[in-house]
Amino acid sequence: MSDYLDELEAEAIYILREVAGQFDRPALLFSGGKDSICLVHLALKAFRPGKFPFPLVHIDTGHNFQEALDFRDRLVAETGEHLIVRKVEDTIAKNRLQDARGKFPSRNALQTNTLLETIEEFEFDACIGGARRDEEKARAKERVFSVRDEFGQWDPKLQRPELWSIYNGKIHKGENVRVFPISNWTELDVWNYIQRENIQLPEIYFTHERECVLTENGQLMANNAFLNLDESDVSVTRKVRYRTVGDMTCTAAVESEAFTVEDIIAEIRNAKISERGATRMDDRISEAAMEDRKKGGYF
Amino acid sequence: MDLLRFFTAGNVDDGKSTLIGRLLYDSESISTDVIETLTRQSKSTGENAAIDLALLTDGLRAEREQGITIDVAYKYFSTQNRKFIIADTPGHTQYTRNMFTGASTAQLAIILVDARNGITDQTKRHSIISAVLGIPKVLVCINKMDLVSYSEERFNEIVSDYRFFAKLIGLKTVDFIPASALNGDNVVHASSNLSWYKGLPLLSYLETVDVNRTDGFNEARFQVQYVIRPQTEALHDYRGYAGNILSGSFQTGDEVTILPSGLTSKISAIESGLKEVASARKNQPVVLHLKDDLDISRGNTIVLSSALPVTDKTVEATICWMDNQEFQPGHKLLLQQSSFRTKAAIREIYSKIDIHSFQDLESNGELKLNELAKVRIQLAEAISYDVFEKQIQTGAFILINENTNNTVAAGVIR
Repeated sequence: MSDYLDELEAEAIYILREVAGQFDRPALLFSGGKDSICLVHLALKAFRPGKFPFPLVHIDTGHNFQEALDFRDRLVAETGEHLIVRKVEDTIAKNRLQDARGKFPSRNALQTNTLLETIEEFEFDACIGGARRDEEKARAKERVFSVRDEFGQWDPKLQRPELWSIYNGKIHKGENVRVFPISNWTELDVWNYIQRENIQLPEIYFTHERECVLTENGQLMANNAFLNLDESDVSVTRKVRYRTVGDMTCTAAVESEAFTVEDIIAEIRNAKISERGATRMDDRISEAAMEDRKKGGYF
Repeated sequence: MDLLRFFTAGNVDDGKSTLIGRLLYDSESISTDVIETLTRQSKSTGENAAIDLALLTDGLRAEREQGITIDVAYKYFSTQNRKFIIADTPGHTQYTRNMFTGASTAQLAIILVDARNGITDQTKRHSIISAVLGIPKVLVCINKMDLVSYSEERFNEIVSDYRFFAKLIGLKTVDFIPASALNGDNVVHASSNLSWYKGLPLLSYLETVDVNRTDGFNEARFQVQYVIRPQTEALHDYRGYAGNILSGSFQTGDEVTILPSGLTSKISAIESGLKEVASARKNQPVVLHLKDDLDISRGNTIVLSSALPVTDKTVEATICWMDNQEFQPGHKLLLQQSSFRTKAAIREIYSKIDIHSFQDLESNGELKLNELAKVRIQLAEAISYDVFEKQIQTGAFILINENTNNTVAAGVIR
């Protein structure tokens, strides 16, 4: 009997090879999180012994966990693949934009500007990303090949039909396609795959002691230089790990004792709170927060 | 653990979203923060029920506003035995193309019937789409049994009506389950209200149903997606053909034919998962190496020389038109089958198929959104195919408008 992970892997590799076959200037958006690390692993299986037919692109918000950056650089060195980094700082400076305010100043919205500028600079026609449909209900609606107009916008009411495993990547100049090879994976599938394939991850996915502040919602945020804290915020040291790795300003830690991938799998099986619900402040704004961000060009 | 992909079709009114919500809720696949959000939303839309399970599936603002499903949403859950991918698709005629999208990858269709109404036009439409797409198994879930006093007689009546219709449209394997999604009768747990029903509740059925096609097609088929040529000093002569095996299996030493050229060679090596392997089978991603240096590129088909598919410049097909703009004979089209693309033209529309009766209607040469038709298509380059009934990947295609780049039709080769 074929294992379901084999089936998910075959589907993802097929999609990556379709990107290679259909586009002139594709890119793989690499965040340093577990989903994009899995994409790199899948790309190795799809294209070795050849080089990747696309560069890795990191849209650097400047609010990264150092561990994720170190991991990124190690991975690039080990694979010998080409990395392009574009910084949100530079977009802010060049366009005289305002940084977000508040206690937890997220660069989520500004990140979209940098992404769109980078797509334009390199004339990328396809951007591969690690988004999954189980993360959020607007993502649950998106195609594997998601066509974006020249402003990067997603139109959820006018998506192309996408049948069987036939992917239509034909676009006009200036448009681009966002491609999601692990659309059909859940958080647990990703961890089961990481375990099976023995994929290395940044250490912040595993339990460690960290100085955090408790938010009004009861979330634990790493105490860091990017937050605008005041006297009312009390620092606590807790044993935590990260379920998702995003910006330090909007990604919360979860209390955990999980040392190994096995521990994490057991923890997720028992978890009663969803991945984004546990860790993301950016989705809490409204029911349609993600749909609105995607319409504006976000991943 | 294996994987089952199924689709449901319909609208909130049919109890489809409630049914999926119930499956997820009762199998404890919903997280507490999602339930909190739902509770908040259920209140804000003025529902009496504590939780409106339908809100779980309708993900777009417009869908929540209008209480309808516009586009397919994918939902995931798993039990000890299986991982499930649900394609939750719209039921309205105007969104038929989105239903095709969700249904095309499914191994099982759940057709929902309201026990009060019995078989409706919508039931027929969804069943016909399942038949056209060759879905291996259809499950008719007769829902809202609570509203017909859990009547066994009513259930049997609908079963008998449906069997008659299923035979008419050529659906082969159909099963039936009575349920009340709203009350949770027979969805995850068996119900004392339905004690006359001796079969499995829905979830147990989904966990155990066998969706493998009995008429298994085992001819070896492979299509080139991408040619790997590192062109480094160490791998100067390396040339590998990357793709997934579409059916059957290949072994080192096999005599193969490359299509459409008809050239022949032998498999000299197979790589899979970064290792060299002696053989590989259906669904496996591989890199094939051939003994001879031939001109082979993306979209070429590689098969065992002992069992060739049809290679031709015309195909007879059933298509569903999916573009808002109706078919214009002057528009330039491309046909795409897996990774193979060529210029195409619809040369003849023989007949249209009535989506509620499956009867052939006389063609007036037009093709509008969501219409099904039997056609002949002429191609610029020869395609290698098997009929869709036998082999999905080589028998299915889409048509792309070269001007708009839109996917304007989906087709199956007859």
